[in-house]
Amino acid sequence: MNKLLLLGDEAIAQGAIDAGLSGVYAYPGTPSTEITEYIQSSKEAKEKGIISTWATNEKTALEGGLGMSYAGKKAMICMKHVGLNVAADAFMNAAITGTNGGLVVVAADDPSMHSSQNEQDSRFYGKFAMIPVLEPSNQQEAYDMTYFAFQLSEKYDVPVMLRVTTRLAHSRSGIVRKKAIPQNNMTLPHDSKQFILLPSIARKRYSGLLGKQAAFETESESSGYNKYFPGEDKKLGIIACGLAYNYLMENFQEKKLPYPLLKISQYPAPSEMINNLYEEVDELLILEEGYPLLEEQIRGILNKGKKIKGRLDGTIPRAGELNPNIVAEALGLPVPKGYDIPSILKGRPPVLCDGCPHIDSFEALNDAMKPYGPGRVFSDIGCYTLAALKPLEAINTCVDMGASITMAVGAADAGLIPSVAVIGDSTFTHSGMTGLLDAVIKKSPVTVFILDNSTVGMTGGQNSAAFGRLEGIVKGLGVEEEHIRIVKPLRRLHDENLKVYEEEIAYKGVSVIITRRECVQTLARRMKMKFANKKK
Amino acid sequence: MKKDIILSGVGGQGILTIAAIIGNAALRKGLFIKQSEVHGMSQRGGDVQANLRISSKPVLSDLIPEGKADLIISVEPMEALRYVHMLDKENGWLITSTNPLKNIPDYPDMDDILNEIKNLPRYVVLDAEKIAKDIGSAKAANIVVLGASAPFVDLEYDVLEDSIKEIFARKGDDIVNMNLKALKAGFEIAQKSK
Repeated sequence: MNKLLLLGDEAIAQGAIDAGLSGVYAYPGTPSTEITEYIQSSKEAKEKGIISTWATNEKTALEGGLGMSYAGKKAMICMKHVGLNVAADAFMNAAITGTNGGLVVVAADDPSMHSSQNEQDSRFYGKFAMIPVLEPSNQQEAYDMTYFAFQLSEKYDVPVMLRVTTRLAHSRSGIVRKKAIPQNNMTLPHDSKQFILLPSIARKRYSGLLGKQAAFETESESSGYNKYFPGEDKKLGIIACGLAYNYLMENFQEKKLPYPLLKISQYPAPSEMINNLYEEVDELLILEEGYPLLEEQIRGILNKGKKIKGRLDGTIPRAGELNPNIVAEALGLPVPKGYDIPSILKGRPPVLCDGCPHIDSFEALNDAMKPYGPGRVFSDIGCYTLAALKPLEAINTCVDMGASITMAVGAADAGLIPSVAVIGDSTFTHSGMTGLLDAVIKKSPVTVFILDNSTVGMTGGQNSAAFGRLEGIVKGLGVEEEHIRIVKPLRRLHDENLKVYEEEIAYKGVSVIITRRECVQTLARRMKMKFANKKK
Repeated sequence: MKKDIILSGVGGQGILTIAAIIGNAALRKGLFIKQSEVHGMSQRGGDVQANLRISSKPVLSDLIPEGKADLIISVEPMEALRYVHMLDKENGWLITSTNPLKNIPDYPDMDDILNEIKNLPRYVVLDAEKIAKDIGSAKAANIVVLGASAPFVDLEYDVLEDSIKEIFARKGDDIVNMNLKALKAGFEIAQKSK
């Protein structure tokens, strides 16, 4: 049979398409972006009429998916781990309302923070919301579990979470597809009150969710995704979750694993299977790609039982992703070493591209801020965050989506005037608009720079929700028209732009300066396509 | 058979294309493969790497264990050195171009870099850019490096050629032929070193 060579992300996308997906709702975020991109460029998805436009942020995405589910059809929502923070209100309450059409929430975590502000573990959210969580170990499981997730969701009328991490999301392997299931027809929920969370109804829904917990655990024990492998050496038992399983087994290819093993890929955790393993061994080693979530649960506050080894006792490093060598060391196996890395090696941090408009925007801003001293530039998440590094060293904060504007307002409240915010165009529509409204209402003396490169840049150049709408939005939020300035960030316009910056920074009210020039990457791609089309 | 290959370079240098070609070839031969890559921030002129694992048995870890890589294929010389801790000391080969990408202020002396490379027991170095330009396109430098790696990946040469034909088909015959020439040029250099 023909295998498709797919990234973990792509396997999830194909699994959803084959499971009868009607819509994917997402905001770009590494390492989840490729799920939606696959569906957007899939001929099959187009033929099936699968909705796949980018949402403005993860909250609107989750709510959109919930709306499709309300109308009886299958929806999938994709985000990176911190995106789930943005979607959390909708996520938590979608667990209470429950679903109609199958709803799968994919959270792609980034242990070791290759491209993120933190390495939070989305399995916590699944537990917090009390819904089933599936955690594949490889690309085939990613496909199979996505396909299964929709069935599980429709069996219990709850959202189901699928959790992956960078090393699976962005790794390619061969997968085999299952038979495609047709999409659902539109149908309204049987219970007309299901989605109304007035307290009197919400209490009933909540009670219903609590009542399903035992069944969720039975599913974990019986689905086959949690597997027990016997072992003769009872000195140690191993629990390996998700990707950790691969790293463990990588060390046991020539010789058989001597210890009993429980592979976990479905939550709630199967307490019976865990207890059985615990009973037969002297000590437990728990391997998780993420926080020591399961380890902490098994250890308990009292930690009075058998020895539990993992991240919390130092057997495994507390932070960062796993790899085969970390697991080998934890098991006391010999770890092969390569050559020493030569000391002449230098770091090569990511930099802004040659000709990037952000360079010009920041060079002017650095000049404009010189008279006021350091520490006043509140920034945000995007390619422009790289301006924190040399040679620009132009920003002082980057915390979460939209925080630039709101933190600048708070700092101005404290007396730090002028305070300046720097935010990208799609970060602005994602989470900056509400902050700007706060600033307008408070008449805050802040200057907000919207770096409009007309794209979602860092994640690869997806369409920005802000495109063609920025002036209207800013005006609509109430910023005075004479303090909305638009400049083109170019070296030859440096002095002209600097004057605009100086004027608005000195103004003791809300100013918005839109620095607009297309991202050089998306521009290059557009030109390439235009040229290619012309040749045809 | 198994080959664990680390591909390294700077964002934009075409490492993932090399990985795609080898991966495609491996699939054609019915081998199992896992290929992990880095997206997002690492594309912005930073160092990038891919782990490519091909085997006649199912591959487990997406990441190659330290000290077990059979091959480092690099399109940039300093980046080649960044992963020597991954290289198998008994059998590992390092294949790299000698064309530095100096986008940092403190890039080391090229002589120092070459000395470190030449301290290894098994390596191939080549001026991939020059070879590519001589054939007709500097852009094919990554394929030249791939050609130089061909004797070491344990895949037949013609299977790699078929993969190039498939992957570059939509770019037209001229590009396909250019890349086939680049592959051959790199291959010929490596034959001398093996």
